[in-house]
Amino acid sequence: MTPALAGLALAPVPGAARAWRTAVDARQWRAGCEAAAATGGRLAALWASDDRDRAGSFTVRALLAVFEGLVCLELAVPEASPNYPELSDLFPSAARMQRAAADLLGVRAVAPDGSVRDARGWLRHGAWRADHYPLRRDAPAAGAGGGDGRYAFVPVSGDGVHEIPVGPVHAGIIEPGHFRFSIVGERVLRLEERLGYTHKGIEKRFESLTLEQGARLAGRVSGDNTVAYAWAYAMALEAITATSPAPRALHLRALLLERERIANHLGDLGYLGNDCGLAFGFVQFWRLKEDVLRLNAEAFGHRYLMDCIVPGGVAADVTPPAAAAMLAEADRLEAELRDLRAIYYDHSGLQDRCINCGRLQPRTAALLGVVGLAARASGHAMDARAFPGFAPYGQLEPRIASHRNGDVAARIVVRFEETFESLRLQRRILETLPGGGTRQPLGDAPAGALGIGWVEGWRGEVIVALESDGQGGIRRCHPHDPSWQNWPALEHAVIGNIVPDFPLINKSFNLSYAGADL
Amino acid sequence: MHKILLKIAQVGIRSEKPPGTDDALRVRATQLNGEVLRVLGRALAIRHVDAGSCNGCELEIHALNNPYYNLEGLGIKFVASPRHADMLLVTGPVSRHMEIALKRTYAATPDPKLVVAAGECACTGGIFGESYASCGRIANVIPVDVTVPGCPPSPTAILQGILTAVSARRK
Repeated sequence: MTPALAGLALAPVPGAARAWRTAVDARQWRAGCEAAAATGGRLAALWASDDRDRAGSFTVRALLAVFEGLVCLELAVPEASPNYPELSDLFPSAARMQRAAADLLGVRAVAPDGSVRDARGWLRHGAWRADHYPLRRDAPAAGAGGGDGRYAFVPVSGDGVHEIPVGPVHAGIIEPGHFRFSIVGERVLRLEERLGYTHKGIEKRFESLTLEQGARLAGRVSGDNTVAYAWAYAMALEAITATSPAPRALHLRALLLERERIANHLGDLGYLGNDCGLAFGFVQFWRLKEDVLRLNAEAFGHRYLMDCIVPGGVAADVTPPAAAAMLAEADRLEAELRDLRAIYYDHSGLQDRCINCGRLQPRTAALLGVVGLAARASGHAMDARAFPGFAPYGQLEPRIASHRNGDVAARIVVRFEETFESLRLQRRILETLPGGGTRQPLGDAPAGALGIGWVEGWRGEVIVALESDGQGGIRRCHPHDPSWQNWPALEHAVIGNIVPDFPLINKSFNLSYAGADL
Repeated sequence: MHKILLKIAQVGIRSEKPPGTDDALRVRATQLNGEVLRVLGRALAIRHVDAGSCNGCELEIHALNNPYYNLEGLGIKFVASPRHADMLLVTGPVSRHMEIALKRTYAATPDPKLVVAAGECACTGGIFGESYASCGRIANVIPVDVTVPGCPPSPTAILQGILTAVSARRK
């Protein structure tokens, strides 16, 4: 059913993700977003492209998630006055995406009074000048000299307020980013994140690759989520090339996705125990995770399943002995997980640290457009796997885990429940695995076609928007990580908590730096 | 408590034998004398720096702490400051935004210091290469002693790189 959105004429986008698109003017851009916001829709992604060569203008796209699926609004932005109506009043998560679009392409989101709400760079630190836009087609890939990397944090003043700067290099095995805490005593008044340290020009790099080569890069946007990215990229490319993967390939993709979820949840559960001072939890969960990784290497040739999903299908198959090993592993894991869950739930020290800690209220989560595991732990039972039409999940009937408390404990509960569910899904996939081929040849990729991939990774929804140049190359590729929406939620979840609880709260979200820095 | 003790007893000790060293991984002659290495090899403090990786290599560095590889059992531990470190374990291509932070971390590490570059991107720049936003391989920014290829390298390969860096043999 086509969504009704402010009277816009929506055309279906071909492919496995249920999506529509429409070209809009500035008035319709706002009207469409207002209609979506008023009916419980959310902003899934926002990005810009340089289409001056083709249309004489830039294009800004807002991808809205509404009841029926995804709607892509496409707004032409003239070079002479590269402004478009800003959306952060409707969707706060738009703020950083708009700043990133300004850094990379020089298109500015402006309020009705003509002002720019936040003119600070987001992805731009000092690697390029403020008047240079690396994602424009005439910008050399090698760059054109560095600029000013200074950044004005929002100051907090008052009696006894002081700041703690943390990062970019962190005191552990963590990706780089900067956290600026304003505190009174031990209590956090405000946290401001500054990310972008791992920005390495992924979107520009995509434009120098062929459509097939892009799959490998997509699998390295955020390494811990490689399966979801590879699937989303493949889904987008299959949409452009009118390719339908074989049923066996779809089942195998779901198997890989669930194994990625299991491995990551086990690792997080271990670290969450560790951060509460329960080293036992770390040791036990990481033993189980290592067992899963080793079986991955044995069955699929890679511990993290990188490059196993390829456009057209999968590059790995399951042999009967491997299937038997995975089924036996699932039985073992379920028993061990039940033991460890009982220990975690009975452990008063651990419960004391986690209950009521780092609460993200359901209302705040909805306002911020939070997605994935964090949204489910704050009362929003959304999961792209349960969305109609996402093959093969329709046959597998995934059950969504959720919790209403929104605290660290809730995010632990959701991880336990999802791991059990993934083990159940894995069993079901292996028992109903269709025969047949695993890889189809890709069809032709017409110039300018837009493909959208939408996959629920372990952290949340991963989206890939892909355009071909008509000659086998990538015209534009925007990979979108759920961390874009969820990083701002962390700033809210820590308010009023004490500084020593920050590592635990941060771990309970476990967001990707690389995925959102691009 | 009894459930925890029971689990520990049931699981037992899972630690495996560490790998040997491999001088092929060494990219420059060691700057350390045998005596220092003998002492360091018993208690090595590592500071990890992600200079712009996709976080894949970090997964395997985390795994080094699991009971199978039992890094701390070898006397090797990760520390929270470069001032406390004997070695930097660096991943990723160096993003231009991490270039200064990496150089400052290197400068803050006391001599004698070792650098292990872990992962394909750290060795060569990998799939990201050099661009407006990426300086490419680690050796483009700070001196590197040992490189460990792989995308990501296995925990055993990373451990082998670490042990090679502190082994007394010269290139």
